[in-house]
Amino acid sequence: MSRKACFFASVLIFLTGAFTMLSAASVDHSKFAELNRNFSKPEELTSACLKCHNNAGTDIMKTNHWLWTRKTDKMPGKEGQMLEVGKKNIINNFCIAVASNEPRCTSCHIGYGWKDGNFDFTNQNKIDCIVCHDTTGTYEKFPTGAGYPADKDTVFPENQKLYKKPDYKFIAHNVGRPNRQTCGSCHFYGGGGNAVKHGALDKSLLDPAKEIDIHMSKDGGGMTCVDCHVADRHDIKGQLFSVSVENKDRLSCERCHTRNPHTQTLFVENQPDRTYDIFKNRLYMREKPEENFTSRVLDKHTERIACQSCHIKFYSTKHKTKVWWDWSKAGQKTPVGKPKVVKDQDGDPIYDGKKGEFRLAKNAVPEYYWFNGTVDHILVGDKIDPDKRPVQINRIAGECGGSDSKIWPFKVIRGKQMFDPENKTLVVPKLFGPKGSGAYWSDWDWTKSAEIGMKAAGVPYSGKFDWIETEMHWPLTHLVVSKENALSCNDCHSRNGRLAGLPACWIPGRDRSLVFDIFGILLIAGSFAGVTVHGALRYQAAKKRKED
Amino acid sequence: MSKKVYMYKRFERFWHWAQAALIFFLAFTGFEVHGSYRVLGFERAVVLHNYAGFTLITLIAFAIFWHFTTGEWRHYIPTTDKLREMMLYYFKGIFQGERKPVGKSQKVKLNPLQRLTYVGYKVAIVPLMVSTGVIYYYVAHGDIHLRSVKYIAIFHALGAFLLIAFTIIHVYMTTTGHSLTSHIKAMITGWDEVEDEDITE
Ligand code: HEM
Repeated sequence: MSRKACFFASVLIFLTGAFTMLSAASVDHSKFAELNRNFSKPEELTSACLKCHNNAGTDIMKTNHWLWTRKTDKMPGKEGQMLEVGKKNIINNFCIAVASNEPRCTSCHIGYGWKDGNFDFTNQNKIDCIVCHDTTGTYEKFPTGAGYPADKDTVFPENQKLYKKPDYKFIAHNVGRPNRQTCGSCHFYGGGGNAVKHGALDKSLLDPAKEIDIHMSKDGGGMTCVDCHVADRHDIKGQLFSVSVENKDRLSCERCHTRNPHTQTLFVENQPDRTYDIFKNRLYMREKPEENFTSRVLDKHTERIACQSCHIKFYSTKHKTKVWWDWSKAGQKTPVGKPKVVKDQDGDPIYDGKKGEFRLAKNAVPEYYWFNGTVDHILVGDKIDPDKRPVQINRIAGECGGSDSKIWPFKVIRGKQMFDPENKTLVVPKLFGPKGSGAYWSDWDWTKSAEIGMKAAGVPYSGKFDWIETEMHWPLTHLVVSKENALSCNDCHSRNGRLAGLPACWIPGRDRSLVFDIFGILLIAGSFAGVTVHGALRYQAAKKRKED
Repeated sequence: MSKKVYMYKRFERFWHWAQAALIFFLAFTGFEVHGSYRVLGFERAVVLHNYAGFTLITLIAFAIFWHFTTGEWRHYIPTTDKLREMMLYYFKGIFQGERKPVGKSQKVKLNPLQRLTYVGYKVAIVPLMVSTGVIYYYVAHGDIHLRSVKYIAIFHALGAFLLIAFTIIHVYMTTTGHSLTSHIKAMITGWDEVEDEDITE
């Protein structure tokens, strides 16, 4: 058999296997008696799910989607110490931290009722199954409901949107694999709105053009989130380094594209299983790329450069993301006492009396750093060094030539936030809560907000606060584009290209030795001057001889 | 009286001009790789530079073979005899219309100063360019694993500067023959004009 025939035969066998598995997994949930009743509370539905999926509860409870932390003993500077690190206890420079603000933040938790520090993480009925498994597109959590959906049709005052009480029976009959909508309902809206946080995850991914995201575009791979983010017993692969520490459980492009992506086909010869779990129901094929000098050079680049660095040309290609958030400017109100809001020409907020001043970016050029998959984070209560500004909220480890170190693209969000100058800690403010709770968004008093927030976080607070500049790094990995839309050599191999300023070993076209260059230029200029003078003297002497 | 002699054989002339063209092209593409300007684009500059570089190496290999099989290498044996005179000539005699202290003949093509310069070129600059160029190539595109190509690149570029300076002086020196262009013509046609006395010498 020819190689090509071999290839198609193995694809066929593989497809047959995949479909058998899928059809075995497919059931019609509307036929189940347990689901043919009315549910008044979401927990009732959860307990019905768990009756059949009787291990799912315990599985879920081990995941970071449930815990909002991961265990690690590799935190830089605290190696060997077993820590739990995650959204739950790190600080960022968006809405700072979860403690004391739970009902708002936890509207994106896969549970019901995490409204304060006393949430019971062992109660399986509090798991929200349908936020991920709804396929009807009708299920929504209420933005301030601590993870609950609306229990009756309610308008959320902030955006005037109506949140309906979900039709649990209808949803239960139509559960399925997570889709772009379900994942996106939280992950596209981090930071309180579409595209605010990530810069490379926003609602444009619901139906992106090829030029926005080649994998998820209908004209490209047509893939969904879970085609890459596969799960093993509900533990979903992939982690985001704004909240993660260790170089493990990472998804990688190489899994499908191989380590020589510019000269190999998508499938590794003799290793069809490599792509097995990802393309359960969809196969994406491409021609074997032409092997030439350039494609080999590009393969060589993958030793030091993450695929993302060239294949994410810009972030926030369609929707603006926040790149600057200055909390110190908050507090301005309109004459009638409402928070003042200023919008740019597109209607996107650049000032909000409750939150301060923002800068937004669209089609933004990433910043590039060496990254080896290990990140240091400031946890709630950690000491900072106020003399080193801006404070690094998370520190990306890696260096040129370091093992696993590659150049990665980042969105860096900068801003100003509160810190306690005496205890040298970043302050966790209480932002969200009703009037009289001390929440800044209701009572407008930073001192009170800091006191209550720090108490909830269990961190001593001196009573004083000041503003400090901070930076946070978000590695970019979505919004991947194909080679036609990727970077070209000139983008980095030039004096003031994209990698200008990156401490790298040596990048031809960017780097030079100034001393040697000056020496060389002087040498050439000197030779020129020398022969010119010599020639002129010869000419004059010859003229004189003639005259004599 | 002067007389025409067949000074440069066919291969020698081919080698000389091919080498000249390649060096100009290598300098042009090389300094684009270096980041001095953007004309062809980085990618094309790299690709063309590499082709030209390996072509030059091939040419050099043939030239070495030719020099040894024909015995022409003997022209490059350095000597200090009359070296001082030759140097003084360029600082003094040349302005006074004197004749070169060392003449040119088929047997002795190169004067002591030329010998020294070309030997320097052959044993220092060419090996520097070839070795750093080849190492550079295999670090960037092959299987030599260095933490960084930094020093290779710096010395390769240093060699390039030296080579350009060499070329400038070299080209100027061609104008010091019987007429301004006689040396260049000789290298094109092979026929050079030499003084009668030189031949008998
Ligand atoms: C002898 C044969 C030569 C070889 C094999 C060679 C090879 C190379 C290679 C591989 C590079 C790096 C480009 C890349 O990444 O592929 C390079 C760069 C360069 N070459 Fe050459 N080269 C040769 C001769 C020359 C000559 C004759 C010149 C100039 C007169 C020259 C000037 C340069 C310069 C200026 C650079 C840029 C160095 C830097 O700053 O990174 N090369 N060469």
